[in-house]
Amino acid sequence: MTVYFMCIVLLTMGLYCLVAKKNIVKKILGIVIMDYAVNLYIIIVGYKTGGVAPIIEPNMPAATLERFVDPLTQALVLTSIVIGLGVLSLMVAMCIRLYEKHGTFDMSVISKLRG
Amino acid sequence: MNPLPLYVAIPLGAAFLIPLLGVWWKKSGETLAPLFTLILAIMAIVQVTRPAAVYHMGGWAPPVGIALVSDGLSTLLLIAINVVGFLCILFSLKYMQMYTGLTKYYSLFMLMVAGMNGVVVSGDLFNLYVFLEVASIASYALVAFGVGAEELEAGFKYLILGSVASVMLLFGIGTVYAVTGSLNMADVAQEIAMRFGGEMNPALLLAGAFFLMGFGLKAALVPFHAWLPDAHPSAPAPISAMLSGVVIKSLGIYAICRIFFNVYGISTGSAGSVIFANAMIAFAILSIIVGGLLAIGQWDYKRLLAYSSIGQIGYVMLGIGVGARVLATGGQLSIAGLAILGGLFHLFNHVAFKSLLFLSSGAIQHATGTRDMKQLGGLRERMPITSFTTNMAALSIAGVPPFSGFWSKLLILIATIKAGHIGIAIVAIIFAFVTLIYYIKVQREIIYGTVSNLVEKAREVPALMYVPLILLAIACVGMGLLYPVVGPRVLEPARDALMNSAEYIQLVLG
Repeated sequence: MTVYFMCIVLLTMGLYCLVAKKNIVKKILGIVIMDYAVNLYIIIVGYKTGGVAPIIEPNMPAATLERFVDPLTQALVLTSIVIGLGVLSLMVAMCIRLYEKHGTFDMSVISKLRG
Repeated sequence: MNPLPLYVAIPLGAAFLIPLLGVWWKKSGETLAPLFTLILAIMAIVQVTRPAAVYHMGGWAPPVGIALVSDGLSTLLLIAINVVGFLCILFSLKYMQMYTGLTKYYSLFMLMVAGMNGVVVSGDLFNLYVFLEVASIASYALVAFGVGAEELEAGFKYLILGSVASVMLLFGIGTVYAVTGSLNMADVAQEIAMRFGGEMNPALLLAGAFFLMGFGLKAALVPFHAWLPDAHPSAPAPISAMLSGVVIKSLGIYAICRIFFNVYGISTGSAGSVIFANAMIAFAILSIIVGGLLAIGQWDYKRLLAYSSIGQIGYVMLGIGVGARVLATGGQLSIAGLAILGGLFHLFNHVAFKSLLFLSSGAIQHATGTRDMKQLGGLRERMPITSFTTNMAALSIAGVPPFSGFWSKLLILIATIKAGHIGIAIVAIIFAFVTLIYYIKVQREIIYGTVSNLVEKAREVPALMYVPLILLAIACVGMGLLYPVVGPRVLEPARDALMNSAEYIQLVLG
């Protein structure tokens, strides 16, 4: 239970960083922290104490089968990390273009649109 | 052969081919993109005649494998996405000539279409998330395509808020997997119905809240709407038409409908669903009020249209939310059916008239070089076709009979009153008049009135740009008058798919 709670704490830290910081690089870091918090959460969902890699071999005892960790969550996180990398690279690219236009990373200086 | 994988494979292949061939062949985007989107549009229209079907990816049957599902609701969205996509590509051919890097533009456009098609045919929660990210990443890049200061800022804002939504969705999906042990939507639905039939598991309630927030942000429902009025006006006009016309619906409204009606089983009246239905109605009313009030004060034409999108999405959500509430509280099925039908009908109409309005804003900007309504006026004299089609769309969205927008709003209002929400219905009626007010402002400032200096020199846009406008205008009028033809074939199957979640489970798991 505590580990799930820690994931939520990490998620909230990322959200705080995103909302409270004016520097857009720090905002990006906030997004990355949130992303990792969720990845960690999904990995923990598939965690098993004393678990082994889920590889089936012939003549495997039933006790080992029961100790298999869930491979699906790991596949999900792998996909999610790749997506996160794509989004991150786009964010950093836009961040560089914004810096070229304004000469600053401060969102309060950049911001002209009213929402 | 089952055509479902082709809806994803064709645009994805085109998105790969266009920049590859573009190295040697400068016109690869202009040639291949209209061709492929035309094929997709025809396929989507033909899809209406096919029965609901399931495709098993790689031959693995669900719940182990990934399933692609096409039922009534998917078909409705497939038609909207692919037909509007084709018309926007046609419009782009001339309009986008003022930009550079066109192979990248067409590639990103096809990627966006692939993502959206993937979202609406996916029968798997995580697959839906992946396709949603594909469509979202493409649309972030397309919003910032002009790489001006304003475009970049709007794109960055959209990117940050969209990423938060994605994180929330992934959290929700992880929680659903932890509770039910499956990701296949039909399997999850069955598991929820069997295990928690009478009561709502708190973890699923939390996941539902995350879904409502994440998809609500993609749909720009009001507490989560801040990105839309910046992002939609900053994008190139055909992209604005795609974003307002189909992206917010396929990534937002469709996903909310699918998750809450078919997976969470609001239609079976499971406990906890009243909370979600109430939240949907609350977001809808807020969207109608905020979108309507903010639209009146805008003088930037595209910004006005963007705020109007928020208000109209509110009407769509109101119909669906009222339907959900009636189902969840065990009310009459006929009232719920009417409300959902009204919501879906308004969604379909909004696709036609909002794409038309955004394309016309592009045509006006192309001809006069401005979208400031104070500098426009008397466009009827110089650009008769654009003015006429804009007029059609404005009348339709404002709900003037016999245009399509009138009938869909009427259905939503009747259902809301029948369900006993008189106060909500009164607010919705008042803001239907507010819609009329700001579209009268559009007509007065842009189409009629004295010819301004900028409009003096304007000429009618080339045929490639006004043909999509005319086709969409025909759709605006036709949807209202030809409901007996369109309704039973497209809208009623979509309503039945939402109302009957047992049928969905039966369809996928067999």
